[in-house]
Amino acid sequence: MSYLEHTVKYTPTGPRKVLYLNWPIALLLVSVAAIGFLMLYSVAGGSFLPWAEPQMKRFAIGFVLMLGIAMVPLYFWRNVAPLGYLCTIALLALVAVMGDTGMGAQRWLDLGFIRLQPSELMKITLVMLLAAYYDWLPLSKVSHPLWVALPVAMILLPTLMVLTQPDLGTAILLLAGGGAIMFLAGVHWTYFAAVIAAGVGVVTAVLQSRGTEWQLLNDYQFRRIDTFLDPAADPLGAGYHITQSKIALGSGGWAGRGFMQGTQSQLNFLPEKHTDFIFTTLAEEFGFVGAVSLLALYALIIFFCVVSALSNPNRFAALLTLGIATTFFLYFAVNMAMVTGLIPVVGVPLPLVSYGGSAMLVLMVGFGLVQSADVHKPR
Amino acid sequence: MRRPSRETAQSQRRITRRGLLLGGMQAGVLATLAFRMRYLQVKEAEQFRFLAEENRINIELIPPTRGQIFDRNGRIIARNVPAYRITMTRKDAGDVEAVLARLDALIELSPQDIATALEDLRTRRGDTPITVADRVTWEEISRVAVNAPALPGVTPEVGLSRTYPLGADFTHVVGYVGPVSDYDLSRIDAPNRLLLMPRFQIGKTGIEAHEEERLRGKAGTRRVEVNAAGRVMRELDRQEGKPGDDLQLSIDHMLQNYTQSRLGDESAAAVVMDTETGDLLAVASSPAFDPNLFVNGISSTDYKALLENERRPLVSKSVQGVYPPGSTFKMVVALAALEDDIITPEDTVRCRGHIEVADNRFHCWKRAGHGNMDLHTALRESCDVYFYELALETGIERISAMARKLGLGERYDIPMSSVHAGLVPTRDWKRAARGEEWVIGDSVNASIGQGFVLASPLQLAVMTARLATGRSVSPRMIKSINGVEQPSGHGEPLDLNENHLRAIRRAMFAVSNNNRGTAFSSRILTDEYRMSGKTGTSQVRRITPAERRAGVTRNEDLPWNRRDHALFVNFAPHDAPRIAVSVLVEHGGGGSTAAAPIARDITLQALYGDDPPLSAYPAKDRARISAQQERLRDLRPPPRDDRPTRA
Repeated sequence: MSYLEHTVKYTPTGPRKVLYLNWPIALLLVSVAAIGFLMLYSVAGGSFLPWAEPQMKRFAIGFVLMLGIAMVPLYFWRNVAPLGYLCTIALLALVAVMGDTGMGAQRWLDLGFIRLQPSELMKITLVMLLAAYYDWLPLSKVSHPLWVALPVAMILLPTLMVLTQPDLGTAILLLAGGGAIMFLAGVHWTYFAAVIAAGVGVVTAVLQSRGTEWQLLNDYQFRRIDTFLDPAADPLGAGYHITQSKIALGSGGWAGRGFMQGTQSQLNFLPEKHTDFIFTTLAEEFGFVGAVSLLALYALIIFFCVVSALSNPNRFAALLTLGIATTFFLYFAVNMAMVTGLIPVVGVPLPLVSYGGSAMLVLMVGFGLVQSADVHKPR
Repeated sequence: MRRPSRETAQSQRRITRRGLLLGGMQAGVLATLAFRMRYLQVKEAEQFRFLAEENRINIELIPPTRGQIFDRNGRIIARNVPAYRITMTRKDAGDVEAVLARLDALIELSPQDIATALEDLRTRRGDTPITVADRVTWEEISRVAVNAPALPGVTPEVGLSRTYPLGADFTHVVGYVGPVSDYDLSRIDAPNRLLLMPRFQIGKTGIEAHEEERLRGKAGTRRVEVNAAGRVMRELDRQEGKPGDDLQLSIDHMLQNYTQSRLGDESAAAVVMDTETGDLLAVASSPAFDPNLFVNGISSTDYKALLENERRPLVSKSVQGVYPPGSTFKMVVALAALEDDIITPEDTVRCRGHIEVADNRFHCWKRAGHGNMDLHTALRESCDVYFYELALETGIERISAMARKLGLGERYDIPMSSVHAGLVPTRDWKRAARGEEWVIGDSVNASIGQGFVLASPLQLAVMTARLATGRSVSPRMIKSINGVEQPSGHGEPLDLNENHLRAIRRAMFAVSNNNRGTAFSSRILTDEYRMSGKTGTSQVRRITPAERRAGVTRNEDLPWNRRDHALFVNFAPHDAPRIAVSVLVEHGGGGSTAAAPIARDITLQALYGDDPPLSAYPAKDRARISAQQERLRDLRPPPRDDRPTRA
């Protein structure tokens, strides 16, 4: 028992591991997912089908998967990280060659029993690989240009592959998630300053490229930027998403219209109401109180992850936990910023709430790793 | 993984520092999001809630059924018939061109229709229905309905459209409806939302325009909840509108048809008025046109033809046209002189063919002169000099007062467009309008209904009715509204000396029945239907002394548009007047030859209620009249047929 042997480092083994699971995180995940079920039930007009029920099944599977991964010693995950990364790269390549096309983008791989989205999986395997890399790399070499170039290549390869699908949202998430781990690992801040400066330059170049022969983004992406800057210009056309989303959100008011009473979402004014824009339904039906409550739940998950990471002396564990937490943070922050009209519309789901199998399972795998790091923490 | 513990400690410190930094940034982002939500959901909530309501609820107008118009016997003149059209929705159609091609094979669209439809389908939102074909027949609609499975996104729709089963007969009275134009909207201060509905029809002329508000009714509304695609999910509530009022006119459609047909292609107008009630039994103007052309959108060539026709078919001459009344004005002058005791019926004036007034010579129509004339003979033979002398004695003010008393110079409240008030001149009027003083020559001209005096055929009919009855009969065109009888135009006694009136009526009787009367050739032989009338011929231009010397005075030698207007007014039967009639034939020549026969025929038709027996006509005219009756009978509307007319 750890509290009797406080001077002795102790790592739980065998079935005792269950006692050391990070239960606060597990409970928070269940609460967020439950909110998701509720909203999917609501947008289906008070029905478990077609969304709520499959979502619940998937969450159950994901939860068990999380527990399973948590029981596996952390060093195993560190050792398989490079292999996992390579496999995901291979899957991404496969998608590019023979993937299904959905919503104008080639993202899905139909494996028969599950429609897998390798770009989602990449978010986790990239974090694992980078954490393992910095665990292996001596601290003195972290800021050496050569040892910086290597992880940058690891990040850019999948990012570019995802970008060609095209899936701007995931690409941004990969880039930001990977960058966050490099930052945490202690890469010198001048690199980040340089990247940010370069980023501003690239954005300028992209905007300048419009209409020229070397145009860097698709027209639809440019249009999204346009409508973001001025959604009122074309409220029924390209600005439709943002305008309708803001209307739904704003009309919720302080306490919302009440469960199942959201006129905007119930009447299909909202685009993608069960996936990327599900937050608007929540905000409309439960108002500011509901919206901020969900935000608080997400914040608590991040908080517990950060606490777990910072108390873990294992470098891989700490980096992995913070990396996954950051990925999770990017998910919901980008999604919420998008539906509240702070940033342009990019296809990023609300984690654990939006309807969707791949994202849900991948996130649960990620939290399985977080749990594993926590369980196998020496105490 | 073996690593010196110092390094582990150092690594952990760095991770802690950077981790806290990253966590702080994330907290900042979270705070931003929370503030953004507070802004949208608390500060701006009111506005967004309003927008949401707009999004969700559509108020749809239920167009009211336009009131129908009947004649005095209940024959329908303006009715609503179902009109079919075919719409198409891009979203449901899928392959638009293929579907259009299939539709074309079924109902044959013009290449222009297809081009417009394709353009509309391309540019509008995918869920908006586009009209592909308008005014299609029931057969075509059924063909489309039967083939519905092969035509995704194609919907046959039904609405109501106006139609005028009696065609041209009532064009000038009832007018027509048409789609609301920008011009219509510009004339209305606060346009009713109904007017903005696509394909809504509004009265453009005649009763349709004058009684627009009454006929239109009030729109109902239904509030419906719609989804983003505009599809109605359910009806929240419904407020029934009020259909437009049904109007029954005083006009008899058979007499109207006869009158209109009798005028034929002449540029002419005729009014038949019931002297008892003031009911207008026929108000005709020719040429006429088919109002249904306008309802369905007239072609520009047709419209141009109507617009450029020198006989002005678009003008309702019976109420909008004003003309110098010519000799028909002489009764007014005579009555004014009699009432003011300036003359007695027996006083005589010697007509030498002209008089000299203020260095001007005024001619009588009979160059040789009539000799000694009293009231009776002067009216009978329409001697001008007699009335010149009367006017000099009486003065324009008293003549004008009598003209007004007899119904001239007044704008009657009948439901037609641009009803003209005519003109009864006075000294003040001339000073105000022309900036000149009244001169004696003006009075002389006015005495024979020339110069400034202007009257419409309707006013002349009213004048005749008042002479016939001695009451201030006024015209009534709407007999009842939704079955509620409207006040009649019977009128009060005019406070005129009955002996004077009788003298004038006797003279008018002589006009038609004495062999020296100007309208003797157009007399009625049926004893109980004898008529009393007065011819009139009004000059369109002045005959110059040079022309008079050259002898070009014969109307037939002049181009049509410079010939005189022919007028005739009459009432009948003489002993117990029932109707008053006025006829005007623009540039018809003399009143006795061009207008009187028409007035006689109309009078007989009105009194008999059908074709009169030939015995009513002078023997030498019977063959011609018989042929004419034959011809006009073919133009009659079919016997009552109120089945819905095919669109």
